[in-house]
Amino acid sequence: MLEQVARRLPPRWSTGRTVLAIVLVVLVLAFLSIIKMELVVNGLFLGLIIALGAIGLSMIYGILKFANIAHGDYMTWGAYIAFFLLGTLLPRSTGFGPFTFGYSLFIALPLTMLALVATALILDRLIYRRLRRRGVSMVLLAMVSLGVAIALRGLVQVIWGGGTEQYPRLSKPFYQLPLEVRIPPDSIFIGALALILVVALYLFLTRTKMGKAMRATSDNLELARVSGINTEHVIWWTWAIGASLAATAGVLLAVFQAQLFPVMGWKILIPLFAAVILGGIGNPYGALAGALIIGVTAEVSTQWLTPTYKPAIAFGIMIVTLLLRPRGLFGVRE
Amino acid sequence: MGAKIRPDWASIGALTLILMLALYLFLHGGVGYFTDYAIFAAIYAVFSLGLNVHWGFTGLFNIGIAGFFALGAYTAALLTTPPPDPLMFEDFKFGGDLAAAIGVGDLWFVVALLGAGAVCGLVALVIGFITLRLRDDYLAIATLGIAESVRLIFLNERWLANGSKGLYRIPKFLGDVVSPENYDYLYLAVVIVILVILYIAVERVIKSPWGRVLKAIREDEVTTAASGKNVFSFKLQSFILGSVIMGIGGALYAFNIRFLDPSTFDPLLATFVIWAMLMVGGSGNNKGAILGAFVVWGIWTGTQHLPGFLSDYYFRYVMIGLLIVAVILLRAGGILGEERRVSRRIEPSEGAALPQP
Repeated sequence: MLEQVARRLPPRWSTGRTVLAIVLVVLVLAFLSIIKMELVVNGLFLGLIIALGAIGLSMIYGILKFANIAHGDYMTWGAYIAFFLLGTLLPRSTGFGPFTFGYSLFIALPLTMLALVATALILDRLIYRRLRRRGVSMVLLAMVSLGVAIALRGLVQVIWGGGTEQYPRLSKPFYQLPLEVRIPPDSIFIGALALILVVALYLFLTRTKMGKAMRATSDNLELARVSGINTEHVIWWTWAIGASLAATAGVLLAVFQAQLFPVMGWKILIPLFAAVILGGIGNPYGALAGALIIGVTAEVSTQWLTPTYKPAIAFGIMIVTLLLRPRGLFGVRE
Repeated sequence: MGAKIRPDWASIGALTLILMLALYLFLHGGVGYFTDYAIFAAIYAVFSLGLNVHWGFTGLFNIGIAGFFALGAYTAALLTTPPPDPLMFEDFKFGGDLAAAIGVGDLWFVVALLGAGAVCGLVALVIGFITLRLRDDYLAIATLGIAESVRLIFLNERWLANGSKGLYRIPKFLGDVVSPENYDYLYLAVVIVILVILYIAVERVIKSPWGRVLKAIREDEVTTAASGKNVFSFKLQSFILGSVIMGIGGALYAFNIRFLDPSTFDPLLATFVIWAMLMVGGSGNNKGAILGAFVVWGIWTGTQHLPGFLSDYYFRYVMIGLLIVAVILLRAGGILGEERRVSRRIEPSEGAALPQP
C-alpha cells in the first residue's frame, strides 16, 4: 500500500522543471538568433495539430491498452470526409475573413467529427470489442489495428485516388510578426481551435463524472470496474473523443499543409507515437507537451536538415526517451 | 487453430491452388513470366521465413520489414557496386567493388549476402536492446520508425547511395556462365538453393531447445522467466536472427533487379505483403511461410489481369488489411497451421490443442 502511494508521488527530478528548462533554452537560443524564431512558432502550430492526434492516441493507449496503429489513418479519413463534404454537399466558399478556406469548413468540421466518431464506434463494435472479450494480448490488438490502418488507407485511395487534393482555398499573404516571424494565414484558426478543444477536454476530464471515470479506468481498469464504473461506456467515450480529435487534427493538417493525400496520416504516425511516449502513455497532458516539443524540434531541425527528415527527428526523440526515461516525462512507473 | 486443420487436405488444396496459378501464369505470359514470378516469390519467401522467426515463433511484432529489406539490399549493392563514375553523374562516394577486391570467382556474392545480414543483425541488436526490455508493442513502433528513417536516409543522403537516382551498376552473380536470356533460370536456382538452406537452418534451430524457449516466450513470458530463462536475451537473439534472414532476402532482391532506389521500399510491397504471406501460409510453420509467399505473390501478380476494380492497385491494400483483421478475428491458422509436434523426440499427445492466438 505504502509503496503504491510512494509511486504516485512526483519524482524527485521534477518534470515540470525540465519542461520549463527546455522552454527557456529554446527562447534564449531564439533571441540569440541561433535558431529562427519563425521555425519555433510554426513548430508550435504543427505541435498543436500533432497534439490533437496524440491526445486521443494516448487515451486509447491508456484505457484500451493497445497501440492504435490506425490512428493516423483516422486522421486521413477526417481530412477526406471534410474534403468530400466541401466538394459536394456544402456550398463552395473560400476566403472567409482572414482565412484561406470558406465558411463551409465550419459546417463541415462538426459533421466530419460525427462521421468519424460513428466509424470508430462501428469498428470497435465489429472488431475490437470481440477481441477485448476474448482477452487477447495487446500485441494482437495492435496488429488488428494495423490491418484496419492498411484497409482504411486503401479505401481512401480506391475512392479518391492516390494523388494530392486541396480544399477550396483562396491564397492569402502570410502574417508578419516581430522577430522576422512569418506565419501562414490559417495558423490563428488552427491554434485557437486546438486550444479550445484541449481546454474543453481538460474540463471534461476534471469536471464531469464520465471524465473522472475515464481517468480512473486509465489508472486501473479492474479497480474501476469493481467500483461500479461501466467500463464499456468509458471505452465508447474514449473512442468518441479520440476520433473527434483525430478528425479535427486531419482537417487542420490538410489546412496547414494546404493539401491532403492518402498517406498523410500514416506519415504523421511516428510523430504521434513519439509524442505519446515522450509524454507518458495514457497521459493526455503529457501527450500535449510531448507533441509541442516534437513539433518545435522537428520544425527547428529544418534549419540544418532537409524537411523530409522531420519524422526521423521525431523517431530520434522517441528512441532517446525510451533509453533515458521509458515511462515518459509525465508517466508513472508501471 | 492447428488442431482443427487437417494438414493433408490443406496441403493438397494449397498445391492445387499453386498449380492452377502456375498454369494460369504460364498461359498468360509464358515461361519467362513464370520464372520472374517464381524468383520474386522465392525472395519474398525468405522474408516470410524471417518474419516467422519474429512473429510466428517468438511473438515479436515487427512492422518495419521494409527497413531491414532496404538495409540488406543497399548494403549488398554498395558492397559490390564498382566505385562511382563522375562521368555518369553519380553522387555516391563509396562503392565496395567486392568482385575486384576478392577476385576468387564469384565468391563476392556470398560475402555480400553475409554482409547484408550482418548489417541488419547489428541494427536489430541496437533496436532490440532499446525496446525489447519494455512493453511488447514498443518494438512495433520502433520498427515502424526505423523503416521510415532508413528510407529517408537513403533518399536524402546522396553521398551514401545516390539518392533518388538510385544504384544501377549492381553486378550480376555468375553473369558470364549463361547467356543473358537464360540468366533468370540460373538466378531462380540460386535463390531456391539459398531459400532451402535458410529453411533447413531455421527448422533445426526452432526444433532445438533454443527454439522451444522462443515458443514458450510467445505463449507465456512470465512462466518462461519463472523457469529461469532470460526472456530479454532470447527475444533479442530471435529478433537478430529474423533480421539477418531479412537482410539476406534484401540482398537477393538487389542482385535480382540490380537497380535500387528508395521508392522500392514502400511499406506496401516491403512490409504488408510479407505479413499477408505469413498469415495466409500459416504463422508458426516454416513450410507455411514459404507456401504463403508463393500463393500470395501469385494472387498479387495474377490479379493484375482481372477485370474492373479487382485489378486496382489500391484495392489490394484493402484486401491485405481485411485479411489481417479476418485472420485474427477468425483465429485462422493459415493454409498450414502450426505443427503440433514440438520435438522429434516427443510424440504429440492426442487432443493436445495448440494455444489460440
